[in-house]
Amino acid sequence: MRSNAAQYDLIAPGSLDAVLEVLASSTERYTPIAGGTELMVAFGAGHLQPRKLISLWGLEELRFIDVTSDAVVIGASSTFTDIRRDAVIVNEFPLLARAASWTGSIANQNRATIGGNIVNASPAADSPPALLVYNAAVTLVSARGERTMPYREFHLSYKKTALAPDELLYSITLLRNVGGYKQYIRKVGTRNAQAISKTALAAVARVNKNIIEDIRIAAASLREVPTRLPAAEQALLNKPVSTETIAQARAALIAEAKPIDDIRSTASYRANVAANLLEEFLRTL
Amino acid sequence: MTIKLTINREESAIEAPPMKRLLDVLREDLHLTGTKEGCGEGECGACAVIVNGELVNSCLVPVLQAEGARITTIEGLAGEQRLHPIQQCFLEEGGAQCGICTPGMILAAHHLLQKNPRPTFVQIQEGLAGNLCRCTGYTRIFKAVQQAANLTPVP
Repeated sequence: MRSNAAQYDLIAPGSLDAVLEVLASSTERYTPIAGGTELMVAFGAGHLQPRKLISLWGLEELRFIDVTSDAVVIGASSTFTDIRRDAVIVNEFPLLARAASWTGSIANQNRATIGGNIVNASPAADSPPALLVYNAAVTLVSARGERTMPYREFHLSYKKTALAPDELLYSITLLRNVGGYKQYIRKVGTRNAQAISKTALAAVARVNKNIIEDIRIAAASLREVPTRLPAAEQALLNKPVSTETIAQARAALIAEAKPIDDIRSTASYRANVAANLLEEFLRTL
Repeated sequence: MTIKLTINREESAIEAPPMKRLLDVLREDLHLTGTKEGCGEGECGACAVIVNGELVNSCLVPVLQAEGARITTIEGLAGEQRLHPIQQCFLEEGGAQCGICTPGMILAAHHLLQKNPRPTFVQIQEGLAGNLCRCTGYTRIFKAVQQAANLTPVP
């Protein structure tokens, strides 16, 4: 059964300050909606729970990509199309540009925002593994002020985030320091296009004289939140790339993964394929 | 509430709840039934329209978010008494059969050719990847778009 639009309220205060004021002062809880590619699906299917929504679409204060000499700051309402079109992201943060290209169709990429992808907090979302391996920081904003935290600490548990009820995700900051790193990302889904991932793995590594000096690995759908894989990283750090270390990293990944069986895949498939993806990357180092 | 839209170069003011889907406003309030509903969840592209120059799925747009927007639907693509070249190519190449996916396919092709007048075959495939067809088959559709690209002047 489709939802009855008349039973829902949607307001568009027109500026970021006005939205934050509503979130801070309203006795009723408003749910933010940006491009709508997640919430409107629930609405169309008749199971959108929140009855009061507040629009972030069209707020210029949230839609920007600022590049400085040492960082790229992405406004939370930047669409995946904005991200795919940004030359610095494409050249220096290709894993994020690739993940953006996987996120639904062009029509959805024109509406779907990176902030929505993060705040919706699906463990299967496309952009989080890339953001995790780039050590992204997120800035949250409310009428009380701003705070910045490592993105790694943003997801608390399944679909629970660090956002307070009056807070919005404002921006995502990436430091431009991955120049010397080899980068990898791959998603495994039912089809190449327009399929939610069974699992996905992103990684960056710096190798010197066959020794892995630094490595960061992150995955989708291996735990209840998008996650780094610290045990697999530790198994590889300061080690040579060899058959033995690859086997140790695979075992560490499979041991730390806590995937589930669901309609898209099984726990065992997810863990083993993620290990295969990691091995695929390590064999290119 | 009253919401103002510019649809196919004509201004309209409609009365609708702010969460009403743009798709339903087009079909029910404005009687522009060329825009189709397929899946209703943003997967199939049958409801695609162009809003402020960007292709979007109208089933996922609450009409309040289209306030003041310039919208092109399939009804706005043809000139007077004359098909748009993309429509003409779909006709000549057999790119339409049952017709449900066709308006979205043509608008997606239009959006693609506006951004990239000389797409490669792979770029055509990617440009139309969000539009599902269940009867014509993609080969004729891709051929129609290639043909239309050959007719599109490079700006």
